[in-house]
Amino acid sequence: MSAMENDQAPWDMSRRGFLKGVGTGAVATGLMQGATDAEAASALRSGKPVGPGAVPITLNVNGTHRWLNAEPSVTLLDALRNRLDTTGCKKVCDRGTCGACTVMLDGDVVYSCSVLAIEAQGRKIVTAEGLGTPEAMSAVQESFVENDALQCGFCTPGFVVATTAFVRDHPNATLEEVREGMGGNLCRCGTYVGITKVAYDLAKKGDA
Amino acid sequence: MAKNAWPSADRRKNIGARVSRLDGPVKVTGVAKYAYDVKRENMLYAKILQSSIAVGTLTEVDTSAAEKMPGVVAIIVQKDGQGNLPKISYAGDMVATVAAETEEIAMEALKRIKVSYEAGVPQMDDKDPSKASGRDQKKDQGLDDDNLSADEKLKQVFAAADTVSEGYYGLPIITHCSLEPHGQVTEFREGELYVWPSTQNVSGYANGLTRSTGLSADQIHVDCQYMGGGFGSKFSTDKWGEVGAQLSKQTGRPVKLMLERDQELTTAGHRPSAFANVKVGVKADGAITAMEVHAWGSGGQRRFRIPPTPYVFTKIPHYRTLGQSILTNRGLTRAWRGPNHPQAALITMSALADAAAALGMDELAFFKKNVGLTDRAEVYAEEMDVAAKLIGYREKAHLRGDKTPGPIKRGLGMSIHTWGGKGHNSTCAVTINPDGSAVGRMGTQDLGTGTRTVIAIVLADTLGLNVDEVRVEMGSNALPTSRASGGSSTVGGVSTSMRDASTNALNTLLDKVAPELGVPAEKLEAWGGRIQEVGKPSNSLAWKDACGLLGAMAITEQGANPTSDGTNLTTGGVGGCNIADVSVDIETGIVTMNEYVSVQDVGLVMDEKTAESQLYGGAIMGITYALFEEGIYDPTTGAMLNKDMEFYRLAGMGDIGTIKVHLMRGPKYEDRGVVGIGEPAVLSQGAAISNAVANAIGVRVPELPLTPDRVLDALSKGGVA
Ligand code: FES
Ligand code: FES
Repeated sequence: MSAMENDQAPWDMSRRGFLKGVGTGAVATGLMQGATDAEAASALRSGKPVGPGAVPITLNVNGTHRWLNAEPSVTLLDALRNRLDTTGCKKVCDRGTCGACTVMLDGDVVYSCSVLAIEAQGRKIVTAEGLGTPEAMSAVQESFVENDALQCGFCTPGFVVATTAFVRDHPNATLEEVREGMGGNLCRCGTYVGITKVAYDLAKKGDA
Repeated sequence: MAKNAWPSADRRKNIGARVSRLDGPVKVTGVAKYAYDVKRENMLYAKILQSSIAVGTLTEVDTSAAEKMPGVVAIIVQKDGQGNLPKISYAGDMVATVAAETEEIAMEALKRIKVSYEAGVPQMDDKDPSKASGRDQKKDQGLDDDNLSADEKLKQVFAAADTVSEGYYGLPIITHCSLEPHGQVTEFREGELYVWPSTQNVSGYANGLTRSTGLSADQIHVDCQYMGGGFGSKFSTDKWGEVGAQLSKQTGRPVKLMLERDQELTTAGHRPSAFANVKVGVKADGAITAMEVHAWGSGGQRRFRIPPTPYVFTKIPHYRTLGQSILTNRGLTRAWRGPNHPQAALITMSALADAAAALGMDELAFFKKNVGLTDRAEVYAEEMDVAAKLIGYREKAHLRGDKTPGPIKRGLGMSIHTWGGKGHNSTCAVTINPDGSAVGRMGTQDLGTGTRTVIAIVLADTLGLNVDEVRVEMGSNALPTSRASGGSSTVGGVSTSMRDASTNALNTLLDKVAPELGVPAEKLEAWGGRIQEVGKPSNSLAWKDACGLLGAMAITEQGANPTSDGTNLTTGGVGGCNIADVSVDIETGIVTMNEYVSVQDVGLVMDEKTAESQLYGGAIMGITYALFEEGIYDPTTGAMLNKDMEFYRLAGMGDIGTIKVHLMRGPKYEDRGVVGIGEPAVLSQGAAISNAVANAIGVRVPELPLTPDRVLDALSKGGVA
């Protein structure tokens, strides 16, 4: 489904109105080729107040520019999930406790529930979907499967992103460092033993 | 001809091996779609308004301001059976639901609904047995006597004991806290309802919607390929299922209605509390002679059932148990992994460990001494040895109270447990196509336990193929019916029906192949990707060539549990032994997990990898309820105070120490057939860890979770400090 379908803000500028305003056919596919990251970022930096109604937002998600129209109060997580159908990141606590919504922003690990979509403009957003596909998994993803580091899988995409960044940043991490460094994500099914092994093994190998 | 039995050990290629779960790749790459992720064209988002009071009546629900909000499409106010505003029985009860164009609008609209209540005074106390109501639950064993009343007899047997130890133990209400909340997406198309729920009950889910929608179950199409945890809380359609369907019908649009995190915690499932005074009578040599349990607790507005005590040691010669139920204004209890067993384990095993300590006897020696009082003496004895070895019991054990100097005290504690886990009813269909492809179809669900993978393993092993050469279709109620996943009944049910169906399909194929190979079908087997003569593998056909003999006609055969020929492939009744190794800082009261060992008998293991994951996961979930989990409620207002994941704490990666698991294998165990493992994995942790803390600090911390304040409180009354 395209990003266009569900992002109306009915009490504000209608989607149709906005489309007329920008006058480009490309938006209809949900991809905005016209605007660059830099342009989007500079629009944000311009200091002009935005909102409270919906505003156009451009996000670079897993290497693709996506366009949406949302209130400035919309979190990156909700934008990704509800507007862009990027649902690998999950909403579990919605307040920065559980890590189910973990994504990378320019390589940094963040809780996407605690970042506004407008703040993420001009930055490279990577979710679990962007790290690999079922047919071509990343080393971390492969190791998750091999070590059965998942059960229901609801916390898993967040853990995969967190683990990817952890092994990148902590070559040769000790078990203690793994347990501490990966403490920002929670799992209810109890998959920590497998995840610890993934992070420890890959940090040792240094080939995430 | 293939037999409807489990293959012998030399004919198990995938069964019992370490097979990676088949849905791993879609889960780790984030593309698996859960109910929470389903997005339909033109979909509305619905949000629930909960009651802020815990008891009373709604007098008015004014939705006019909310209705006027642009983007609000429909609002449903809850009504009782008579069409009146409903009575409220806990803080979090459903009051109204808004469907809107976006989640944000729906949330905003909730704030504009004005609710008037007549609030009553909630009853929140579940620790005072004088608040009990209803019939007492009582059970006596060995108290019949020609000359004495049961009361007198009980006195007599305790008087005859060399040592009597008494204690109080308890554990509070906790929640399920599935990471994917409850809820569903609903959509009406051409008069029929399509539902994507997060459910443990794919085949049975639609039955919960027939009355409110007026549709028959076969007009309700249920699809749940992946679900983010249930643990016993996701069997039913729930009020929000009905409301979602109603909103879809009313608006003509798909509606997504998933609970918010706080709602998940207040509303979508609790485990009952349990508290007990326990008395144990023992002989000087450690033999248990008598036990008396007075237990009480609350399942919210649902009746509390006394946990099965004495737990596991059911052959204690003389005992009495008395159970009392206290109703409180909390959300409804739902089955929580191994219903009532964690409570029974804590009450029984803590009391027994205290009895051993009173005698000055080593805990393991005491449990072993009394293993004859269990139903499975040989299994438990063997498991205790394995567990003791894995944790290094002999090197680490000491009598109660770690005497080493310094604030850190270390201790070991153990517990044993039991569960049923026999397979539930299940039906299934297997198709073998002329091109050699094979597919098994079953209306079951995979809760993350690995069910999908187990089904494929059985299908593959029966047909002599690799797991990636077969296909499984599940998660839809259009497929042959399988029961809800609860009580560890799934693996036995689905593996049996799949073995039955695939054996039937294979036998039909063997009949076609027999003339070609010139031997009767009875002499043929499927092995290593071929159909071959038993004992003469040179006389064989490759699988594909054999299937080619089918011409244009695929084979489809059915199978079931119970099987049509009465062969029993699943059984119930398992035992497990857990030992915990903890350190306690007696200055801060903080308990640290060093090691945890879980040893389990599970009959014939289907997939070693995912079976071990159940044990690991169970140990972690158990550590969580032993150390952290507790629903905290305001005694005056009845509001749950920790309805978020910051204060309703789950264990993190750094909280669990090292975990070792061990599955009992070998013919003695495997010949019993398949038994479930989901519940047995999570029963003993409260007891084992509580015992380990008592062993470390020399005094019992009576209630779970073993938080620093509770530990310090116990230490203020005695122990090594
Ligand atoms: S949903 Fe963002 S941290 Fe929990
Ligand atoms: S795998 Fe289920 S919550 Fe982590």
